[in-house]
Amino acid sequence: MGKRTPLYASHVAAGARIVDFAGWDMPLHYGSQIEEHHAVRRGAGMFDVSHMLIVDVRRAGARPFLRRLLANNVDKLTLPGKALYTCMLLPDGGVLDDLIVYHFAEDDFRIVVNAGTADKDLAWLSLQAERFDAELSITPRRDLAMIAVQGPQARPAVWQAVPGTEEATAGLKPFSAARIGEMLIARTGYTGEDGFELMVPVKAAPFVWQALAEAGVKPIGLGARDTLRLEAGMNLYGQDMDENVSPLESGLAWTVDLASARDFVGKAALRALQPVRQLTGLLLLDAGVLRGHQKVRTPHGEGEITSGTFSPTIGKSIALARLPLQSAAGEVVEVEVRGRRLRAQVVKPPFVRNGKILI
Amino acid sequence: MQIPADLKYAKSHEWARLADDGLVTVGITDHAQELLGDIVFLELPEVGKVVARGEECAVVESVKAASDIYAPVAGEIVAVNQQPVDRPEMVNEDAYAAWLFRIKPDNAADINDLLDADGYQQVIDAEE
Repeated sequence: MGKRTPLYASHVAAGARIVDFAGWDMPLHYGSQIEEHHAVRRGAGMFDVSHMLIVDVRRAGARPFLRRLLANNVDKLTLPGKALYTCMLLPDGGVLDDLIVYHFAEDDFRIVVNAGTADKDLAWLSLQAERFDAELSITPRRDLAMIAVQGPQARPAVWQAVPGTEEATAGLKPFSAARIGEMLIARTGYTGEDGFELMVPVKAAPFVWQALAEAGVKPIGLGARDTLRLEAGMNLYGQDMDENVSPLESGLAWTVDLASARDFVGKAALRALQPVRQLTGLLLLDAGVLRGHQKVRTPHGEGEITSGTFSPTIGKSIALARLPLQSAAGEVVEVEVRGRRLRAQVVKPPFVRNGKILI
Repeated sequence: MQIPADLKYAKSHEWARLADDGLVTVGITDHAQELLGDIVFLELPEVGKVVARGEECAVVESVKAASDIYAPVAGEIVAVNQQPVDRPEMVNEDAYAAWLFRIKPDNAADINDLLDADGYQQVIDAEE
């Protein structure tokens, strides 16, 4: 038996197929992964993401600490409630994790990290905090659960399900959050659709989940979470990037602030490195399904698929692949799929945003 | 989950039916389609291909994973079912109706080496 979120019983009651994910017993799907995928693109779906770890970084020195620790610049966060996507790098430039950091006040930040990396992230944060400033507090918040509600109907569904939230969040811009008592509502997500991520006290989570279900929001498993994020062109830590690759070769250069004078962990290593690969998209032209680790042959050398799947929205297989830097959108490459060579076209992600096919 | 009593089964989750014409029809079980989840792609063998028992001869891919399909008896592939190739979700809807291929067995009695419904149920129970 793995670790269980406060919503485990809700998943079982809804008929979920439970699988192990990073040591957690999580729902893979509740019947049909493809129907769940479409439910998010067309209406509203909810994901239990309580296995991810919320960490509060507080007290004096919080901002300078994060300024040094994160590859994106927390100084972009000036308004309370603003959020930023960033990598946390190792000194050699490898990606320790990717995360979202929320800003509430100069001495009050919150980060949300991946489930599979939670332990090493906490150890890293604690070690760095000791070196940095004794005043700093690093507090994991396992007393909070997290529910992502995503899709074109997601925000009205949350407003209907949780009284009092509309007033506080109707004016919320993307990548912004509002606190309502112990609850945090952020206009963020991992699907390429509009929606919210709700952080709520553990004891309230089953009631919020139930209220959302009654407002017509469908429960969505990890299976559809993966096809949705891949269509949205979003990286999955451990597949599309990890400690062994640079963010500059992982499609994440836009999140790395190399221009400013600010120093951060990993900066010197990244400045010394000339990227020779890129993370980009593939659309399979032949019949079949692209999968992680398949070899890609391009006119400029070999590459590798990092994440591949069947795209329910497009009806074809798509992938993220690490290819030679020279490969450009439109180029046709060959992928070795189970002993056959299939043709695929290089395309620039995202594949789908807000319900629309972009490639 | 259905395990029809009139079929034979391989441990690798194929079902097989020997008809009066001496041909063995093969598909994947209800349990297999449930494990795979939404099926999106099938690759079936060429008609005329000669297969050994236990030889990989088809691929079923779901959104989640690819799974090899093995020939439950030795023989020659004499027919493949184009319908689930065109509409792979048919296998999810009814795994016993959406047959994949037919084999002309080298020896029709080989089908008796496969499991019956009870034996296959035990295989599934042992997995869980």
